[in-house]
Amino acid sequence: MIRLNGINKSYITGNNQLHVLKGIDLHIKAGEFVSIMGSSGSGKSTLLNIVGILDNYDTGDYYLDNTLIRNQSETKAAGLRNQYIGFVFQSFNLISFKNAMENVALPLYYQNVNRKKRNRIAMEYLERMGLSEWAEHMPNELSGGQKQRIAIARALISKPKVILADEPTGALDTTTSYEVMQILKEINQEGITIIIVTHENDISHMTNRIIHLKDGLIESEVLNGKHPVVK
Amino acid sequence: MFDTDKWQEIFSTIKKNKLRTFLTGFSVAWGIFMLMILLGSGNGLQKGVEKEFESSATNTIWVWSGQTSLPYKGMKPGRNIQLVNQDYDAVKRTVKGIDKSSSRYQIWGSNTLSYKKQFGSFNIMNVYPDYGIIERVTIIKGRYINQPDIDEFRKVTTISKQVEEALFKGEDPMGKFINVNGVPFKVVGIFTDDNNGGDDNNRLIYLPISTAQRVFSGDNRINTIALTVGNATVEESKQIEQTVKSRLAVLHKFDPADPRAIFTWNSLEQFQKFQRLFSSIRLFIWIIGFGTIIAGIVGVSNIMMIVVKDRTKEIGIRKSMGATPWSIISLILQEAILITSFAGYFGLVLGVVVLETVGSKIESKFFSHPSVDLGIAIYALLLLVFSGALAGFIPARKAAAIKPIEALRDE
Repeated sequence: MIRLNGINKSYITGNNQLHVLKGIDLHIKAGEFVSIMGSSGSGKSTLLNIVGILDNYDTGDYYLDNTLIRNQSETKAAGLRNQYIGFVFQSFNLISFKNAMENVALPLYYQNVNRKKRNRIAMEYLERMGLSEWAEHMPNELSGGQKQRIAIARALISKPKVILADEPTGALDTTTSYEVMQILKEINQEGITIIIVTHENDISHMTNRIIHLKDGLIESEVLNGKHPVVK
Repeated sequence: MFDTDKWQEIFSTIKKNKLRTFLTGFSVAWGIFMLMILLGSGNGLQKGVEKEFESSATNTIWVWSGQTSLPYKGMKPGRNIQLVNQDYDAVKRTVKGIDKSSSRYQIWGSNTLSYKKQFGSFNIMNVYPDYGIIERVTIIKGRYINQPDIDEFRKVTTISKQVEEALFKGEDPMGKFINVNGVPFKVVGIFTDDNNGGDDNNRLIYLPISTAQRVFSGDNRINTIALTVGNATVEESKQIEQTVKSRLAVLHKFDPADPRAIFTWNSLEQFQKFQRLFSSIRLFIWIIGFGTIIAGIVGVSNIMMIVVKDRTKEIGIRKSMGATPWSIISLILQEAILITSFAGYFGLVLGVVVLETVGSKIESKFFSHPSVDLGIAIYALLLLVFSGALAGFIPARKAAAIKPIEALRDE
């Protein structure tokens, strides 16, 4: 599903060049549940953004579902994101002036699904998250856990192949974090590939494969939280 | 582009961002409103002054005599020049380009008019029939002096409404005889003359000049010659004025360059001076109006830039959901155009309402019926909408072009 070969990425800030990713080789098959770990500055968020076509890379190859993703136009990138990828963010990133249902329905707006239909589908997904009675509420009236479940519903509504979650539990307490992870696990069991970025060990151990990043390189990989795998 | 779904999206955004919408709209509405008031007032001012000129024809040359101030052919300066009928006839016959003309013989001072036991003191103006047209006299009953009156030396008079009120006290004056300095004249008409509120032109009666000269021993003397020049330009009018002067110089043997022998007043020239004054005022108003529009544009631009900045994160979210750059730009632009059009229209209507209600109540000597050319207002509105859209377009395009990850990081 996702194949990265020798990905390099640098940021230029003023006169300094910051080499964030120094040649990442990674292959993630369809249906995997992967977590990327690393201290801050290790490049894990950057990697996730490249995979999510939210950011571009300097050198290397990135194949998403056997399509080479490189220097495509913003319009094409938008189409690919809409078709393949659902995002879940640490800070939820719900649109503050839209209610829960409208937030969930937003990706379908960009698939030209009419309002009535997309709101109906959004209600189905809210129901699945157990939030149907909160459909008319604005994001600022909801708890963190509720907001994240709405964000997950929004990520799912476009029926993506991959869900990318950047610190999905970073802003949540332990109980809520475990609930959110449980939901992600259920989604994974339906066959959707999930990649999460986290720095919490207990969260990463709920996934099937842990990738440790250090200073822009893959340091080690652990399968099922038990066996180290050889690259 | 005009799918209802997008409009619903825009309306829901507007509904939930009321302050932002109000601020954008207000700067546009205010700009258009001020422009309407400004242009309307300018028009009102102009109409007021043009009305001043309506009281007599705007293409008239008046000629009257004075004293020579230059020696000529051995004659000393200081000679009185007296215009006579022959001068008028000569001018009328020989000068080309004259449309209407009349000489005028005035009897100033205390002329007693009386009818039965009523009497009053009024001026007597003795003229040819054309004079009624030159002075723009309005006949409200009967007729003005006509050519047979002149030819047959008829003792007839056209009296003003004021004279009628003073002498007849409600009796019908038509066909009655009034005494003019002891001589009976038959009333054949009643007139009024719009004279900008003054009543000099209304405190008089008109008599046929031929009759008056004979009856009041005026001999062949006249005081004034009035000419209209048709559709002549100012240059042509000045030319005619000059020809009349030199013609009279020959007849009365004075230096054609003498500034005090013959006086003239060219109303067309005066009118054109006012026209020029008004084109400068119009230009001035346009400059201020243009400034107002610029201020509106700057206001809209500022707000649009803030709006886009404010929405950077939202744009990032939308992009991560699969929004294309164009869909982002068109969303912001359509919202901007919608708000500016509605607000501009509101300002336009408000401006018209204020001009119609307040403006029509201000009726003074130099201000009348303020109104504004709607076409200009609509152009100004389109300009504002366009610049609002442009002001939104530049930052919107920038926001739509940045990587979604950068937009998402924006707090």
